[in-house]
Amino acid sequence: MNLLEILIAVPAAGFLVALLMPRAQEQFVKYFTLGVSLLVFVMSLGLVSGYESGKTGQQFAHNVVWIANPDIHWHVGIDGLSLWLIILSTFLTPIAILISWKYIHKQVKEFFAFLLLLEFGLIGVFAAWDLILFYTFWEVVLVPMYFLIGIWGHDRRIYAAVKFFLYTMAGSVLMLAAIIYVYTLSGTFDYATILELFRSGRITLNHTQETLLFLAFFFAFAIKVPLFPLHTWLPDAHVEAPTAGSLMLASVMLKMGTYGLVRFCLPMFPNAAHENAGWINILAIIGIIYGALVAMVQPNMKKLVAYSSVSHLGFVVLGIFSFTQMGLDGAVYQMLNHGISTGALFILVGFLYERRHSLAIKDFGGVATAAPWLATAFLITTLASIGLPMLNNFVGEFLILQGAAQAKFAWTAFAAIGVILSACYMLWMYQRVFFGPLSDEVKHHMPELNLREWACIVPLVVMMVWMGLYTQSFLPPVSETNTQILDQIRPATAGLGSPGSAGGALVNGGNLHAR
Amino acid sequence: MPANFAPSADDLLRFAPETILTIAGTLLMILDPLFAKKSPRMFGHLTIAALVAAIIASVSASAVPGLAFSNLLIVDSFGTYFRILVLCIGILSVLSSYAYLEREQAETGEYHALILFSIMGQCVMVTANDLIMIFIGLEISSIASYILAGYLRNDKRNNEAALKYFLLGSFATGFLLYGVAVIYGLTGTTQLTAIRASLNTPGTSLMVAGVAAALMFVGLCFKVSGAPFQVWAPDVYQGAPAPVSAFMATGPKAAAFAIFLRIFLTAFDRIADTWAPVVWACALASMTIGNFAALTQKNLKRMLAYSSIAHAGYILVALASNSEIGTAAAMFYLAAYALMNLGAFAVIVYISGKGEKHLQIEDLAGLGQKQPFTAAMMTIFLLSLIGVPLTGGFFGKFYIFKAALDSHLVWLSVLGLLNSAVAAYYYLRLLVVMYMHEPGEVTNALEAPGPALQAALVLPVVGTLFLGVWPATVLSFAQSASAFVK
Repeated sequence: MNLLEILIAVPAAGFLVALLMPRAQEQFVKYFTLGVSLLVFVMSLGLVSGYESGKTGQQFAHNVVWIANPDIHWHVGIDGLSLWLIILSTFLTPIAILISWKYIHKQVKEFFAFLLLLEFGLIGVFAAWDLILFYTFWEVVLVPMYFLIGIWGHDRRIYAAVKFFLYTMAGSVLMLAAIIYVYTLSGTFDYATILELFRSGRITLNHTQETLLFLAFFFAFAIKVPLFPLHTWLPDAHVEAPTAGSLMLASVMLKMGTYGLVRFCLPMFPNAAHENAGWINILAIIGIIYGALVAMVQPNMKKLVAYSSVSHLGFVVLGIFSFTQMGLDGAVYQMLNHGISTGALFILVGFLYERRHSLAIKDFGGVATAAPWLATAFLITTLASIGLPMLNNFVGEFLILQGAAQAKFAWTAFAAIGVILSACYMLWMYQRVFFGPLSDEVKHHMPELNLREWACIVPLVVMMVWMGLYTQSFLPPVSETNTQILDQIRPATAGLGSPGSAGGALVNGGNLHAR
Repeated sequence: MPANFAPSADDLLRFAPETILTIAGTLLMILDPLFAKKSPRMFGHLTIAALVAAIIASVSASAVPGLAFSNLLIVDSFGTYFRILVLCIGILSVLSSYAYLEREQAETGEYHALILFSIMGQCVMVTANDLIMIFIGLEISSIASYILAGYLRNDKRNNEAALKYFLLGSFATGFLLYGVAVIYGLTGTTQLTAIRASLNTPGTSLMVAGVAAALMFVGLCFKVSGAPFQVWAPDVYQGAPAPVSAFMATGPKAAAFAIFLRIFLTAFDRIADTWAPVVWACALASMTIGNFAALTQKNLKRMLAYSSIAHAGYILVALASNSEIGTAAAMFYLAAYALMNLGAFAVIVYISGKGEKHLQIEDLAGLGQKQPFTAAMMTIFLLSLIGVPLTGGFFGKFYIFKAALDSHLVWLSVLGLLNSAVAAYYYLRLLVVMYMHEPGEVTNALEAPGPALQAALVLPVVGTLFLGVWPATVLSFAQSASAFVK
């Protein structure tokens, strides 16, 4: 059992132990789950220190047979792509537990136990190197989130929970069909082996096969991202979920979709990915602008942040399907940034909700006078979210736009509209909530941040600044892995002469004549 | 050489499970008047003891595989697998019957004897090597089930269920028998292997064989409640006593699928190109009709009845793939399906109350708060029915659709998988009601389940999770067994 496996096992064990605890010991369950999640976070830092840059392939890998027939392996490992996403999951889980401390009143034990189950699933999704293992974790994640929304959500929680489950399920059964089909061709579920078989040409897909398989995977991931027009489950799920649910959903679960695109769709089906990049990017850009425009008119803060996610994730998809080093680096970086900044926004909106018991923007105003520190934290997060230089989102968006421009300038031109719009809706919301006249209602219900809330938000703010100022702490392993992925998909694309291969060549010219 | 009519010792051992069940069943009938007043629970205990003994006998019989009684019976690993499966189904049904019969004050030896006879019939079916034996087994099993469906004589719905089941069931058996007659007329034999050989001889009219196959298909499709012969299932499952519905939805169905596989893959292998498209269409129709009809049900038993039609559709997909791996997938699925379905029905037995008054989905409201243990068990059954990984239901679907894709049934697989996404909706509805609605009258009044019912919940959960985490053991056995059939 290596460190990665321990990281997967500890939350699962914590979940079972928490479930077995007596119902009356609510306080103890809270401390227990917090302790487990902090332990997991501290241990996960071992992945960062133990990660050897410059090494190709997976690290912390372990590969044993799980099911002999058909050959399904317990194969876990990380590379630069999954490293930070796992850290993001372990980093946010204790925060999710902490923000729910006072907020959850019914079935307390189950709530905190489900957060650990969620963490187990998330780490597993990013660590899995066997397609069935990946699918298993992918579905395992669904279950706790379904309950988190459905039991502890707001008024329309049941509708939102069921919609969330069914949307994801519809996508994932298609992915399952595609996974099994790939197995019938390759005779294995081991992802590394499958890639090797595809790349060496021992298995060749005809055009229809590749397109259909690509679409089956793409559809499952696009629902999760969510890509316009498959995004309709997201606002419902976010608005109805409890704060911890929104946090984990936006910050980590949406990344399962974009992670899947980079990890599976691109390397397995490079030709289909290139061929379909055109309309995918157009949908991404529509999502960027549409999400921003819809966010602007939302009267509900949580819904506003939810639509802003649609917009932000559009950037990530655009970066991925630009097939350039910068675009891909930016996309992965933006996955992390969005996790931090949107997560923080949901937490802060949650703080406001706990004070005022409303999410409507019109019920606020002048909060900055009553709770200046809360307002400050919110401001930094807002600025990060709209991509102010020196804060994290700027780096990601800049790289994506630059990468997209290398591929096709028009994409950047349209996508940049989203950056402007994001400033509009975020700042306008900030103005209406925090400035203006302070009503008595707000005044009496707006205490300053308490110690627990400080503990939740400060780590996130620190990360926003750190990731904005010193990308070198995070980006190198990501870049390395992205270079490998681009290398994997380039040979097949050379013949097509698509804009992506030209863009890739600009950044990575050195690799071209190696071929 | 004079004919030797005395069966050999090996033959008797091969038939030992059926013998044990028959003796125990008869004994129960005799004991009924003696113990009905004093210690009615004893009947259940005795039944379980008989079933366990029969399992042991099946295992020892598998040590001497081969034909018995002039090639009428065949003990192979396929038959042994299904014998053990139906016997386990019997044990779980009896476990969930304790609470039910006590509540209805109807604990009799008769009930348990009928269960044993029905299972005995199923054991004969799954080890039969001859159409006549198949027919006899089917009749023993069916007649006992008809009576069980109407077991509570004074209950109108029981009577309705029994009558419907009987009339339609006899009709379907008639089709099957007619098919047997036609095939006998064509080939001059009723033995499966001999029929296969005869169909492979040039000059045999394959069209007549096709007619026989079609007639038998109708009869068998009825027994497994596959579309378009599924209409009886919802009414019968809804009307019969809950533990009997659980039994009927699993035991006779598993046995019927066993003979379905044996007849079509052994005897009618030659004309597979003809029947495979028909099975294809029936599979799709069963999945679609079952799942879409279940969406709107309000009654739990009726919903599970439609869900069982849909599950029959999934298993027909495995049959349509017409391969060894498909057979193994069907065998695996039947085990997983039996476990999750029996478990879900045990929960229905638990909440329905005296006279089965509480059968609406709403009656589960708040079960998660009031009876977290039972609700957790139900959650696992439902997740398995949806097909979420780490449960038996997932690998069941996985193997079936893998077999289908191996046989290039791409569209059937895609449509089947999309169907399972539709199915998720109505299973989720139960989860919603259990966990997200406030407790109602019914759940407030519930007491913790008794030990027998707890066992009827825990054993299937253990089985479901086992099949979900280590499916290879069962699948490998099924795969080695499936070679015998093809």
